[in-house]
Amino acid sequence: MSLTLLYVQTLNGLQLGILLFLIAAGLTLVFGVMDFINLAHGVQYMVGAYLAAMFAAMTGSFFLGLVLALASALVFGLVLEFLVFRHLYSRDHLDQVLATFGIILFLNQAVKLIWGAAPLSVPIPDVLTGSVRLMDGLLYPVYRLAIIGSGLAIALGLGILVSRTRIGMLVRAGATNAPMVSALGVDIGKLFMIVFGFGAMLAGFAGAMVAPVLSVEPGMGDNLLILTFVVIVIGGIGSVRGAFIAAILVGLVDTLGRSFGPALLAAIMNPSAASQAGRALAPMLIYILMAAVLFFRPAGLFPVRK
Amino acid sequence: MEKAVTHIPETVAPPAFIRREGVPLILFALLLLAPFVARFFAESYLLALFSRTMIFAIAALSLDLILGYGALVSFGHAAFLGFGAYGVGILAAHGVSEASLQLPLALASSALFALVTGALSLRTKGVYFIMITLAFGQMAFFLAVSLAAYGGDDGMTLPSRSRLFGFDVLEDDRALYFLILLALLGSYLVSRAIVMSRFGRVIRGARENPQRMAAIGFPLFRYQLTMYVIAGTMCGLAGFLLANQTGFVSPAYMTWQRSGELIVMVVLGGLGSLHGAILGAAAFLLLEEWLSGFTEHWKMIFGPFLVLVVLFARGGLLGAFRRLGIGGAR
Repeated sequence: MSLTLLYVQTLNGLQLGILLFLIAAGLTLVFGVMDFINLAHGVQYMVGAYLAAMFAAMTGSFFLGLVLALASALVFGLVLEFLVFRHLYSRDHLDQVLATFGIILFLNQAVKLIWGAAPLSVPIPDVLTGSVRLMDGLLYPVYRLAIIGSGLAIALGLGILVSRTRIGMLVRAGATNAPMVSALGVDIGKLFMIVFGFGAMLAGFAGAMVAPVLSVEPGMGDNLLILTFVVIVIGGIGSVRGAFIAAILVGLVDTLGRSFGPALLAAIMNPSAASQAGRALAPMLIYILMAAVLFFRPAGLFPVRK
Repeated sequence: MEKAVTHIPETVAPPAFIRREGVPLILFALLLLAPFVARFFAESYLLALFSRTMIFAIAALSLDLILGYGALVSFGHAAFLGFGAYGVGILAAHGVSEASLQLPLALASSALFALVTGALSLRTKGVYFIMITLAFGQMAFFLAVSLAAYGGDDGMTLPSRSRLFGFDVLEDDRALYFLILLALLGSYLVSRAIVMSRFGRVIRGARENPQRMAAIGFPLFRYQLTMYVIAGTMCGLAGFLLANQTGFVSPAYMTWQRSGELIVMVVLGGLGSLHGAILGAAAFLLLEEWLSGFTEHWKMIFGPFLVLVVLFARGGLLGAFRRLGIGGAR
C-alpha cells in the first residue's frame, strides 16, 4: 500500500518536475543568453493556460485549442519582447525586475478582467481520459502520463536543438559571451528574439498542458515562477541540462517531502509533533535544498563557464 | 554626489542648509501637522492611511539601506515585516500584549533571520542574490502559513494593540500615529547616521567598485552582512507597527509581491536617498489608494505606469524633482 503510494507520488513528482522544466528551460536561456531577469515568465505560463482554455472551448477540440494556444502564446511573447523587453536588455537587473513586475501586475489583473476571477476548467480530451493499470493496485491517469511523456519528448528535442544545431550553438555561445557572438557577425537582436519567443511558447505549452488538471485562475503562474527560479538557480543559470536535472529534483523533493515528510519524522519523534513539524518543513524543503546547493556551489550544479 | 551640488553657483541656489535639508524638513513637518488637519476631515480614515504610509516608509527606508546604498537587490524583504508582525501576534496569542516584550522579540527574530539568511545569500552575487533572497522570503512565508496555532493561512486578529508598560495608550489612533511618526523619524536619523559614517562609506564604496574595496582591504562580506542585519531589524520594527496598526497578523504581509512592492517604493523615490524612500512609499500607497478609488482594476493602470517609470524616468521621483530644479542632496 505504502509502496504504491510511493510510486504514485514519484510519478506526481516527476510530473511537477517536467512542468517546472518546461517553464525553466525558457527562463534559463533568457537569463543565460541575455542576462535578463524576466519575472513575467510566470504570467506567460498563465496566459498559455487561459488561451488553451479559451480556444478549446471555442473549437470544441483540446488539440486544436492547444495548437492555437501555442501559436498565440508565441505571438504574445514576441509582442511583449518588442514592446518592453528589448528596451531592457542593456539595463541593470533592478530595472528589469521592476518593469517585469509591472507586467505581472497588469496581466494578472487583465486576465481577471477578460475571463473573470473565477477559475476556468478545461475538460480532458476524450482520447486521454481514464487510467491505466501500471501494476497491481496502481492506477494512474492517462492524461498525467501524457504530460510526463510530452514533457520528456520536448526535453529531448530541446537537448538536441541546443547541442546539435546551428541555432543551438549560437545560443550556447551567446550564454557564454554575447558581445563576442555579436562581434562575429551574428544578429544578436534576432537571436534574442528567437530565444525569447521560444521560451514564451514553452511556458505557454506548460500552461496549456496543465489546464485540464489544474484550475486556470489569475495568479496561477506566480508561485510556480518562484519554484522555477529555485530550479534554475540550482541547475546553474543558462544551462538547459542543469535546468532539467534540477527541475526533476525539485519536483520529486517537493512532492515526496509533502507526502512522506511527516511520516519520516514520526519515526524519530512523537506523532503529533511530527505532523506539525512535517507540515511546517515540507514546503520549505526545496528552499533548504537550494540554500544547501548554493552554499557548496554558488553558481549552481551545472554552471555555464564564462 | 555632494560634489555635484557644490558646483551650482551660489547666487541662484538657495542656502546650503535649505537645499540639503529642505525636503526632509518639510516632509516631517507635514507629517507632524497632518493629524491636526485631519481632525476637520475623515479623521480615522486619514490617520489610518498616513499611519500605514509611514510604516511602509520605514520598511522602504530599511530596504534602501541595502538596495540603494549597497546595490544588493533583496527580493525577500517583506519577510522581515512578517517577523516583526508575528513577534506581536504570537506573544499576543499567549496573552502577552506588553510592547516592551513584543518589540524585543520582533526585532531579535528579524535580526536573527537576517543574520542567517544574509550570511547565506551574501555568498552569491547578482542574479543569484536576487533569487536566493526571494527563496528565503518564500520560506518565511510558508513557515507562517504552516503556523496553524497562529491562524495559518488566514492569519489572526489581535485581541488588542500593544500596551506600553501596562498602559493601553496605543488604543488611541492618534497616539499610535505619533508613535509611528517617532519610529519613522528615529529610523530616518539612524539611517542617516549610518550612511554618513565610515561604515556607510564602505558600503557605498562596495556598491561602486567591490573589487577595489576588497583590494584596499575591507572585508566586504562582514560589512554587507552587518548592513543586511540592520536593514532586516529596522523592517522588523515596521512589522511590529503594522501589526498594531491593522490589528491583524497574516502571511499575506510576507508574499513576494509585497517584497516587489517595497522595491517599487524605493525605486519610485530614487535609489540611495533616504527621504526619497519615504516619498516613494507615500507615492506608492497614495497612488494605490487613489487609483483603486476609480476602479478595482487599478493594477492595470499601475503596472504599465511602473514599466513607463522604468523606461523613461531614471532616478525616481527625486530625479524628476531635481530635473525640475527642486533640490535635495542625495
